[in-house]
Amino acid sequence: MRHLSDKAIKRLREGSEIPGLHGTRYRLLGEVARGGMGVVYAAEDEQLQRRVALKVLDMLDGEAELADRLMREARVLAQLEHPGIVPVHEVGTLADGRVFYAMKFVEGQRLDQYLDSVASVPDRLRLFLRVCDAVAFAHTRGVLHRDLKPANVMVGLFGEVLVMDWGLAKILATADDVDVATRDAHDANHDNMNGAAVVTGHGRVMGTPGYMSPEQARGEVDTLDVRSDIFSLGALLRFVAGQKSRRMERALEAICDKACSAERVGRYSTVPDLAVDVSRYLDGLAVEAYRENMLERAGRFYRRYRFFILLIATYLLVRVTLALFYRHPD
Amino acid sequence: MNKVLLGLLLGAVLGAFDGATAWFTPAVRAQLAGIIVGSTIKGVIAGVAAGVFARKVNSVPLGILFGLGVGFVLAFLVAYMQHGYYLEIILPGSIVGMIVGYATQRYGMAAATSR
Repeated sequence: MRHLSDKAIKRLREGSEIPGLHGTRYRLLGEVARGGMGVVYAAEDEQLQRRVALKVLDMLDGEAELADRLMREARVLAQLEHPGIVPVHEVGTLADGRVFYAMKFVEGQRLDQYLDSVASVPDRLRLFLRVCDAVAFAHTRGVLHRDLKPANVMVGLFGEVLVMDWGLAKILATADDVDVATRDAHDANHDNMNGAAVVTGHGRVMGTPGYMSPEQARGEVDTLDVRSDIFSLGALLRFVAGQKSRRMERALEAICDKACSAERVGRYSTVPDLAVDVSRYLDGLAVEAYRENMLERAGRFYRRYRFFILLIATYLLVRVTLALFYRHPD
Repeated sequence: MNKVLLGLLLGAVLGAFDGATAWFTPAVRAQLAGIIVGSTIKGVIAGVAAGVFARKVNSVPLGILFGLGVGFVLAFLVAYMQHGYYLEIILPGSIVGMIVGYATQRYGMAAATSR
């Protein structure tokens, strides 16, 4: 009896993973990314003649729970119609039994890659504020993202910012506290397209170290609220503003510290509160998170009105010079 | 505060101050009140002009250049009428124009757009 080589087994496995799209309006173009429980493919919608992204459950033996979770993720996304959140076009089941959903195909770069080309801190902070917009919108719809990190933010070709991968999202509003988590202990063996999502114990601790809040890391799923996402946004802000060991200003550092406070009560209450503080920092105003001394206040005032102050100083200098050193010929 | 009002107020304050500095020139100290009034009017005209310009053109460099031009022309006219003191009037007057030109571009609310 002949045994199949590892290479042959790998090829067979890859072949079996390719979703059968016959009977659908989609034509497969290629794999884009591999996630905790599904694979994202680029496909062409042959009816509308546009490119879409298909997230397909990679379990052929059809685990009902995972399929249910993918469906729920699609439903959560469908509720979140916002320019900063990738829209879902369709959800369904393929002929081979795998659940999938189609969403907008986002051409661009992940935030962590995109930031390499953005040197200015204010420009970086403006990108961060757009992430805040999308997350704040989701919160108004009672949805927590729970996995905010640079790899889950895409910047499109025209600068549009999209928050991706709502696979760990949690709906706060429903009575049964529906958990839309898409990763559990089963997923631990899968490669994660976004880095190291942690799965431990009974599959209740989900998120990314460094970005997930302490309460999320402790697995306190039932008590999570918007401040858990605020912690992640604080870590994201630190990454965005302080990448490449930039020295952050104290006010900005204080905003990060407040957002990432170990205790929930120490954090901003809402995402708009955090965004307002970042906007105030951008505008050269005092921020809620940092109490500055007189010298720092004067420095901030000078930075804000630098050119105006220099013009006034020039005027005064000219006046004093004329008064002291210039004698009119008369 | 809209840009024209900002230009008017800032021009008036800077103009008055600019006129008051004539006190350092003993030869004209006797006409100080008249100089202050005249300089205030000059500042107001420059400020309003810069404010109107800022409502039409949104550019800090052009605003500064416009303020400089208006300040220079007005100061030149004043100096010409005084038959002298060109440097003492034109140099600070032009800088005052630059200041109101910059301020009206940078600060103050743009006019509301109407349908």
